Amino acid sequence: MPTVFIPTPLRKFTNQASKVEIPGSTVQEVIQGLTSNYPQLQRHLVNADGKVPNFINIFVDDDDIRSLQQEQTAVNPNTIVSIVPAIAGGSR
Amino acid sequence: MKASVTRYVRIDHAQLVEMTLHAEGTSEECCGFLLGHEGRSIVTCTIPTTNVARDPGEYFVIDPLAYLRAEQYAATSNLELIGIYHSHPNSAAIPSETDRTNALQNLSYVILSLDDQQCTGIRSWRLNSSEHFEEELIIS
Repeated sequence: MPTVFIPTPLRKFTNQASKVEIPGSTVQEVIQGLTSNYPQLQRHLVNADGKVPNFINIFVDDDDIRSLQQEQTAVNPNTIVSIVPAIAGGSR
Repeated sequence: MKASVTRYVRIDHAQLVEMTLHAEGTSEECCGFLLGHEGRSIVTCTIPTTNVARDPGEYFVIDPLAYLRAEQYAATSNLELIGIYHSHPNSAAIPSETDRTNALQNLSYVILSLDDQQCTGIRSWRLNSSEHFEEELIIS
């Protein structure tokens, strides 16, 4: 089944696991399965519209799903779905 | 922000030098990753990265793929992502509101302050559960 890579800031919600296997055939199914198994991830990965928030990037292998089929991007058992938080800031 | 410092992070002198050289090498905000061992709160490796902000003089943005690569490198090197560093070319090493609203918990945020492209200070901060920064002491 697909593997989800958990970024460091969110590992406190997965018992420090950096990789978890979650079944699914699309990114949406995998994210739903992930938040079902780790409910504390819900508020970080799903907004009020049921979609991934803008400050979270999802990669299927090396491709941002925004350049693919968004949450409907297909995954297979060998896919690595990586959650990548936006990192930004500034002096202003 | 709390006046007292109750937490610390160890940063190798070599890494402090690396960050300083990176920051002094540009008039814009520089940024990069801090890797090391979270359990011992020690940074042993810094990875500079490109600031892809539209206005890099006052903001920094890290490319998501660069972040993914840093996390992958950490995983294969038996290291952990400890935090992020960036510079304030013309202001103090104190988080701005922009820094605060974009920050994540469970990461150290090292800020380098510069004046005329010379480093004048390096301070580290961590977001608490109330989403406010608390300073952590840097031990070299």
